[in-house]
Amino acid sequence: MPTKTKFELKPGLATREAFGQALVELGRANKDVVVCDADLSKSTYTAGFQKEFPDRFFECGIAEANMVAIGAGLASSGKIPFVSSFSCFVINKGFEQLRVTVAFPNKNVKVVGTHSGISIGEDGPSQMSIEDLSLACALPGFSVMCPADEVSMKALVHASAEHNGPVFLRAGRSKAAIIYGPEQKFTIGKGIQLVDGKDVTIFATGLLVAEAIRASEALEGEGIATRVVDLHTIKPLDVELIARAAKETGAIVVCEEHLADSGLGVRVAQVVAETNPCPMEFIGIQNTYAESGSPEALLEKYGLVWKNVADAVRRVFKRKAIA
Amino acid sequence: MQKTKNVAELQAICRAVRRDIINMITAAKSGHPGGSLSAVEILVTLFYDVLQHNPENPSWPERDRFLLSKGHACPVLYSVMAECGYTPKDQLNTLRKLGSIYQGHPDVRFIPALDASTGSLGQGLSLAIGMGLAARLDHSPSRAFVVLGDGEIQEGQIWEAAMFAPFHKLDNVVAIVDYNKIQLDGFVKDIMDVSPLAEKWTGFGWHAIEIDGHSIPALQNAFAEAEKTKGKPTVIIANTIKGKGVSFMENNPKYHGVAPTDKEAELALQEIG
Repeated sequence: MPTKTKFELKPGLATREAFGQALVELGRANKDVVVCDADLSKSTYTAGFQKEFPDRFFECGIAEANMVAIGAGLASSGKIPFVSSFSCFVINKGFEQLRVTVAFPNKNVKVVGTHSGISIGEDGPSQMSIEDLSLACALPGFSVMCPADEVSMKALVHASAEHNGPVFLRAGRSKAAIIYGPEQKFTIGKGIQLVDGKDVTIFATGLLVAEAIRASEALEGEGIATRVVDLHTIKPLDVELIARAAKETGAIVVCEEHLADSGLGVRVAQVVAETNPCPMEFIGIQNTYAESGSPEALLEKYGLVWKNVADAVRRVFKRKAIA
Repeated sequence: MQKTKNVAELQAICRAVRRDIINMITAAKSGHPGGSLSAVEILVTLFYDVLQHNPENPSWPERDRFLLSKGHACPVLYSVMAECGYTPKDQLNTLRKLGSIYQGHPDVRFIPALDASTGSLGQGLSLAIGMGLAARLDHSPSRAFVVLGDGEIQEGQIWEAAMFAPFHKLDNVVAIVDYNKIQLDGFVKDIMDVSPLAEKWTGFGWHAIEIDGHSIPALQNAFAEAEKTKGKPTVIIANTIKGKGVSFMENNPKYHGVAPTDKEAELALQEIG
């Protein structure tokens, strides 16, 4: 596994834009790929697919519940539907349909929620999806992913199409730093170790992966060797990788742009508790809704930047020493 | 199975299905007799005359799809599917018991020949639309038929779907409203009136046909008209009687979701003949 010591973290595409590009590639490769959108195709970037494959694009209007179940009907007849909207709308308004028409009969529907987290910025909390990982993970049989950059998003869109079963892919609005080189391979359910270290493991997903790398580099000077792992797949979790990190580093920080009490963190904690219990800290949104503001200012205010990750690493490192 | 257009033969099948419904729900000691009995002629006419399907090849891609969106009426569906040869007839009386393929609401995990798992109301029309879109893309003659309850159409998703299908000119989707006028808590007009039904669907762009849902010739004519109607979907508003065929169940809200006692079942079977 290639482990870098220094990351450039150059600005890249937003993961929603990478999704749109991958969707067009998929459309060219597989005629069974179809797309449903709910009047947000310019924002979710499904508009590219619509332009090239108008017959395989279904505009559903602002009616997410209907859209999700239409996706299930398309999947029942052998299509591979990508059903897309803002994450908060498709997950919350479509949840009952995701449960009964997709998860329960295990239909091959790919749900893509864009504009996740608080980094959408100025539009504010009604449009911010901070519960989506929790809700998607609650559905039996779903695979749930939150790619960190354009490279991983594109690869996981393709992997989702090849995977037979329901998928939720979480995408962001803001530009995301490029973490991976073009040679990197991605497998649903397998985390990727980006930095090796023996003292503390930082598990991160989505936008927080870049923050975890920044924190790791900052902590080098303090003599804390962190292991950084991208858990792009929230469900199924990479149990073996998490158990090994708990054993080898004995201290864990989990970082996500999601409610801290119901997302990746609690799922990782369950694995740690069942395998190699150790001190843990959690970076996420603390039982609240955010507000309008620039993405940068919001991430700073709600404690989701590298400084917060570094502080959590210092705390858990101390707890490990006492234990 | 032997398909037929003969009305007397179809009526005889309806009587057998009604007996199955009473026997199944009585054995289960729970279930929904009223809304099962009201839909008997609709399902029998579809499965024995109208639908292009093959019980020996249930996954035939060009088959017509059938969805019982009002999934609680599954005894009528299970009976018809068993009579057609999809599933074992001798297990019908295991309805609702642990391990039975005849689950409390239709479940594709137990009966793969079903086109959908239903039971949470309001979703079948959207599923049928998805299947209709797929058939159109594939240039398949397959059509999707979905039976909706009248109480069910109080769900908002039905009207999202009702708006979608005519806009996308989906003439391979046929909805049938089992308009039996009763829902769990009482008469539909007292709970949340859905009338005037034909006007509502027509206003959304559907071709609406209103008929007596217990008349097999009327159903046959309506399905023929639906097949001929191009450029828009058809809804058949089937005026029915909840509990049809059993005098003490007819128009009685009590039998929406209550099983008959053994004695009531005996009376019911005598009446059905």
